[in-house]
Amino acid sequence: MDFRFSDEQRMIRDTAAAFLAEVSDSAAVRAAMATEIGYDRQLWQRICGEMYLQATHIPESCGGMGLGYVELVAIMEQMGRYLLCAPFFSTVCLAGNALLVAGSAAQQQEYLAQIAAGELTATLAHTGVTGEWGAQGVTAVYRQRAGQYVLDGKLRYVVDGHTADLLLVAAREEGSSGEQGISLFAVPAASAGIERTWLPTVDQTRKLAEIGLSGLAVPASALLGEAGAAWPDLSKTLDLATIALAAEQMGGTQRVLDMTVDYTRERVQFNRPIASFQAVKHIAADMMLKAEVARSAVYYAGCIAQEALSGDALGAELPEAASVAKAYCSDAYFANSADALQLHGGVGFTWEYDVHLYLKRAKASEHFLGNGAHHRERVASLLLDTPNA
Amino acid sequence: MQLSFSAEDEQFREEVAGWLQRNLTGEFEQLKFRGGPGDEHMFPQERKAWEQKLAEGGWTCVGWPRAYGGRGCSIEQQVIFFEEYARAGAPGRVGHIGEGLAGPTIIAFGSQAQKEKYLPGIVAGTELWCQGYSEPGAGSDLANVRTRARFDATRNQWLITGQKVWTSLAHESDYCFIIARTDPDSAAHQGLGFFLVKMDQPGIEIRPIQQITGTSEFNEVFFDDAECGADDIVGAPGEGWKVAMGLLGFERGVSTLGQQMLFQNELDEIVNIARDNGAARDPVIRQRIADAHIGLKIMRYNSLRMLSGSEDGSLQQEALIYKLYWASWHRDLGELAMDVLGMQSEILEAPPYELSRLQSMYLFVRSDTIYGGTNEIQRNIIAERGLGMPREPKVQIKVQDSQ
Ligand SMILES: Cc1cc2nc3c(=O)[nH]c(=O)nc-3n(C[C@H](O)[C@H](O)[C@H](O)COP(=O)(O)OP(=O)(O)OC[C@H]3O[C@@H](n4cnc5c(N)ncnc54)[C@H](O)[C@@H]3O)c2cc1C
Repeated sequence: MDFRFSDEQRMIRDTAAAFLAEVSDSAAVRAAMATEIGYDRQLWQRICGEMYLQATHIPESCGGMGLGYVELVAIMEQMGRYLLCAPFFSTVCLAGNALLVAGSAAQQQEYLAQIAAGELTATLAHTGVTGEWGAQGVTAVYRQRAGQYVLDGKLRYVVDGHTADLLLVAAREEGSSGEQGISLFAVPAASAGIERTWLPTVDQTRKLAEIGLSGLAVPASALLGEAGAAWPDLSKTLDLATIALAAEQMGGTQRVLDMTVDYTRERVQFNRPIASFQAVKHIAADMMLKAEVARSAVYYAGCIAQEALSGDALGAELPEAASVAKAYCSDAYFANSADALQLHGGVGFTWEYDVHLYLKRAKASEHFLGNGAHHRERVASLLLDTPNA
Repeated sequence: MQLSFSAEDEQFREEVAGWLQRNLTGEFEQLKFRGGPGDEHMFPQERKAWEQKLAEGGWTCVGWPRAYGGRGCSIEQQVIFFEEYARAGAPGRVGHIGEGLAGPTIIAFGSQAQKEKYLPGIVAGTELWCQGYSEPGAGSDLANVRTRARFDATRNQWLITGQKVWTSLAHESDYCFIIARTDPDSAAHQGLGFFLVKMDQPGIEIRPIQQITGTSEFNEVFFDDAECGADDIVGAPGEGWKVAMGLLGFERGVSTLGQQMLFQNELDEIVNIARDNGAARDPVIRQRIADAHIGLKIMRYNSLRMLSGSEDGSLQQEALIYKLYWASWHRDLGELAMDVLGMQSEILEAPPYELSRLQSMYLFVRSDTIYGGTNEIQRNIIAERGLGMPREPKVQIKVQDSQ
């Protein structure tokens, strides 16, 4: 048992941090968030071409680096810390994981290889207009017709859905319900029958879209796994993505604390730095507690995700580890951002200071893939909905 | 990062579990799940006998070096030992202050003679210790101790006079380690000494203090020229603060994993009650139970991080927040227990004031956020040492000025 980063993992984290500090400063974030596509294509090319971050946990057989989930988590932490605007989470953590979990060897060779090479952006579209995260949230439907699948319905809250090259779409067989009848399809976003609409968002640093499917016909080769039996794979994909998102949240949780400590040490009132007031120190201490506890949850979940991907024993803990991390990090990130705003006083309420960017990202990330209450309920049903032994 | 234990360690786990299963029987059966926090007054004699049973098996002081009679276990093995100990429901250790605090201090700062004199009794489970730090005027402000120690050259003894308070298990203990002022003109951290004092002597009077649980685990201890041998001061006169602070480092050791097993037992009991009495259908209770479960899971991960050590030997942030985290979590668990029980939480086991395990827990957890550094003191420490924020300003405000 050793619950520490290896030297190599530390190096990966530090390299990513140094790069992001340079390319994802406040000005860069603000420039990207003001656009409809939401990111700087040149920067994305550097991320992919110089840093190979997108290739981190993609197997070497598909042209990736073949590293583990802990490395990915370490990178996501830094992306959250620097509020990176890029289609990384959608391409790597949503679509990439779906392909890793559910894709055939051929599909992986085709799509994962293109992702690893930085030639393809992708995303996962699974929840319908209700925005529910469980199986019942899958509301788009498909029918089989002449060896093809025909898809209809509306998918919402699709991260980078308006810009991604490839869509992994979850739909259910007409008339099915719950966990039954769900299938996953890999579909080029430019296909006829797909209408993509950007949804402007409060958190401008991550873009969402609505995707309308009307009579979208896809070949059988687009199907990932077995028809109608995709829920376990989809669920696993969502758990993996949830852990990556929790890592990003944790990076933000720490960053707003750092900003607050810096600011309160500089700002003088009553002839003292405001950091010397105990009311301020105690809030900061609670913020540090949340950041550290979030970190413990995320690193552990990262290890479990790795076990789950490589089929090791502890992988069975994946759903729980994902919910533990997401429940804690969702609440911690928003609480720390809110406290950060409070301790910045009036300037914290200005557009000019960055605190609001984090506050907004925190709320959006909290809701995406299920908020604290959603994940606590998931844990509760694991614990409580079986009879006493 | 590597989460699983080695095959060798797993074998060690079986050895521990097997020994406990074979030995926690007969006269010791009744001790299962007893004697923990809030229940420390129960079965003192039987639990002392259990200490010696453990010692026979070589299961006291497992983390101490072999040279001092310990088992020399690795961190992983200590984790395993404390986990299995708690899993088996083995009783709260009456020897924990000696094993966890007094012994390590003597090992780190004591003389050879002190090691020879005191460590064997701790390892054998025959000599129990208590901690005499707090005084009426020295709680959070520990450096404000007034108890005095003056050296009497004719008797070749230190003579100690003053009062300690909140001294847990003083009435069961053979020795007490105290800090007392060796230099009467000194103030704050200067001029203190760290003494190892025999409890059974005319100069010491122990008076129990009744707690909110109705029971008494802690005491007032009065010293009136109590004797302490010239060789029984740890470090030099004036170095007491340094020794006492070194000890604080031992307080968040591997036993935290065992403590978490006890928490898990408590949470399991609450979960079972919730399923039985229907509280598990209340959406708010469901959220709170899940929150408690999540909090305990992460507590374990945080401990694993703590125990793995820092990457560069620096102060570990996750260790700094640990006391505040677990104490607050446990406090909330107490409330959850009562809320899951509903009105039934009011009903005593028996008059005059016999509490159920969960009632006792619920009351006792109110002290977790006080002893060993209150939550507020923890926050000061986190802000100052963890975040580098300014230290509390030293200003004097007289009591009458504040009225
Ligand atoms: C069950 C139990 C067992 C104990 N066992 C032992 C033992 O075996 N040996 C021993 O020596 N002691 C023991 N103690 C004593 C314990 O360490 C003290 O109670 C503790 O240090 C707090 O001191 P106090 O009670 O004097 O409270 P005070 O220090 O008077 O604190 C009162 C309140 O003021 C707050 N406060 C004080 N200073 C500050 C500050 N600088 N900033 C912000 N807030 C502040 C505190 O947080 C608290 O809320 C035990 C206590 C309990 C409850």
